[in-house]
Amino acid sequence: MALKITSGCVNCWACEPLCPSAAIEPASPHFRIDPAACSECAGEYADPQCASICPIEGAIVDASGAALNPPGSLTGIPPRLLEQTRARIQAR
Amino acid sequence: MESKQAGHDRKTPTSGCAAGGCGGGSALDRLPAATRERVRNHPCFSEDAHQHYARMHVAVAPACNIQCHYCNRKYDCANESRPGVVSELLEPQQAADKVAAVAAHIPQLSVVGIAGPGDPLANPERTFATFRLIAERTPDLRLCVSTNGLALPEAVDTLCRYNIEHVTITINCLDPDIGAEIYPWVFWNNRRVRGRKGAEILIEQQQLGLERLVERGMLVKVNSVLIPGVNDQHLTEVSRAVKAKGAFLHNLMPLIAEPEHGTFYGLMGQRAPRASELRALQTECAGDMAIMRHCKQCRADAVGMLGEDRSAEFTLERIATLEIDDAAALARRTAAREAIEQRRRGVAPALVPLSTLSASRPRPATHAARIAVASSDGRLVDQHFGHAERFLVYEVDEQGERLLDERPLARYCNGAEHCDEDDDALAPALAALADCAMVLCSRIGLAPWERLETAGIRPNGELAMLPIEQALRAAHRELAERGALSIDEPQRATLSA
Repeated sequence: MALKITSGCVNCWACEPLCPSAAIEPASPHFRIDPAACSECAGEYADPQCASICPIEGAIVDASGAALNPPGSLTGIPPRLLEQTRARIQAR
Repeated sequence: MESKQAGHDRKTPTSGCAAGGCGGGSALDRLPAATRERVRNHPCFSEDAHQHYARMHVAVAPACNIQCHYCNRKYDCANESRPGVVSELLEPQQAADKVAAVAAHIPQLSVVGIAGPGDPLANPERTFATFRLIAERTPDLRLCVSTNGLALPEAVDTLCRYNIEHVTITINCLDPDIGAEIYPWVFWNNRRVRGRKGAEILIEQQQLGLERLVERGMLVKVNSVLIPGVNDQHLTEVSRAVKAKGAFLHNLMPLIAEPEHGTFYGLMGQRAPRASELRALQTECAGDMAIMRHCKQCRADAVGMLGEDRSAEFTLERIATLEIDDAAALARRTAAREAIEQRRRGVAPALVPLSTLSASRPRPATHAARIAVASSDGRLVDQHFGHAERFLVYEVDEQGERLLDERPLARYCNGAEHCDEDDDALAPALAALADCAMVLCSRIGLAPWERLETAGIRPNGELAMLPIEQALRAAHRELAERGALSIDEPQRATLSA
């Protein structure tokens, strides 16, 4: 059981100091999670810490490849409301 | 990304300012003398100091604990450290070495700040290790930090222990409903907290941090990003509130939201404020507190005088090759500061016009007047009208003067053969000064004189070479005595911007 960082990662460092297992390290082209060390924060925190601070949707996935922060979850705008929101913002 | 910026101290506006965020005027003159003294050498707080002293930021703090819709975490913060190039992230020791190198080569360096590229207080170990190392090696440099405020309350003790001089908090709102439009989430107590609830936590922490810092005697500046349609109607309230809590300066900055920066606002087509909107807000808030207008929205790794960036000269590779004698460098900085302070003290009027000595006569009740000044350095009325590339426009009343803004224009005079002749070339200046009752300059040609008079703008070359504030007082008195400001007359001088 381990999380994984995808190519969406922008190397912002936010996750690295939070990992209770010190499983995250800077790497090229992007940070990586040591699968042997990652516990998904089980027993440590209610939510995996890396995924709770990661600013990029889709940059952290679980073992099945599912994004912990799916589209719209970090902008707060569900994809179906995107165009409506864009129109509202552009009217400002 | 938080930032650093600019300041001011005497009432001099700025000369080195690019068009745009400049202005500022006598804002800091309203501060208590003790506060003025503390900021007078800080280029980001003192508009006068920024012409003399240099600053640098060290990019040691990459992580951030909130998301702002105007920031793309792929780059430095779009609004408080301009985007486009990712800062070279430094380890604390590298940062201290870089500071020592810059301080040895730019003796005007007075301030080192940590502003990102993330939030410095979301990286407390790196941030405070950097401050400790800098204080050991270059103890004369002043330290400052910028933060979004989320982790500020618990950092106050440490900030005080590390002798941090100034803290900047970016506060864009007090209302969590507005906050929810700016901050989609914050990371709080090991959870991501979204929407209004997250904004509420952030706002509480910012206000608590501000209060605690002020209690401890720390100088606190507040940055606000003006976002049209989101917080534009709200920022006057923010300005009043942060002033009431003891912030000494409010820096109102325009949103940067270019689509190519990839921020949420940029991609969604949120517009940036027009210059006139920013100016109007700055002017409105200036009634409440000192407003800073010369901020350059520097990058989180900027080095040098405000408005310039010499960071490329101080790469890690280059620093590694430099041999630095810290003691000699400190002596050079001390000497440079003495020379600068001598220059700054050296501005004295040679002559005092009679009109400035007639203060005992009773005067009619007057309005404020808008008066433009042609000045090359923001201190003296020292420019020929036709040579001015920008005019400083002040609002002057009997209580004093306040810089409203700096209005750039193309020079119309390109030599004696054209001077006084090319009337059309005067149009930009006439337009720029249309709301002014008077323009002060060192000299002026006959044709522009007449055109200005016809347009109802009184040209005045008699206060040449006086310090601006003294000249403005005399000019205001002259307008008042002419009855040009009496209340029952229609007033061009009181038209709003």
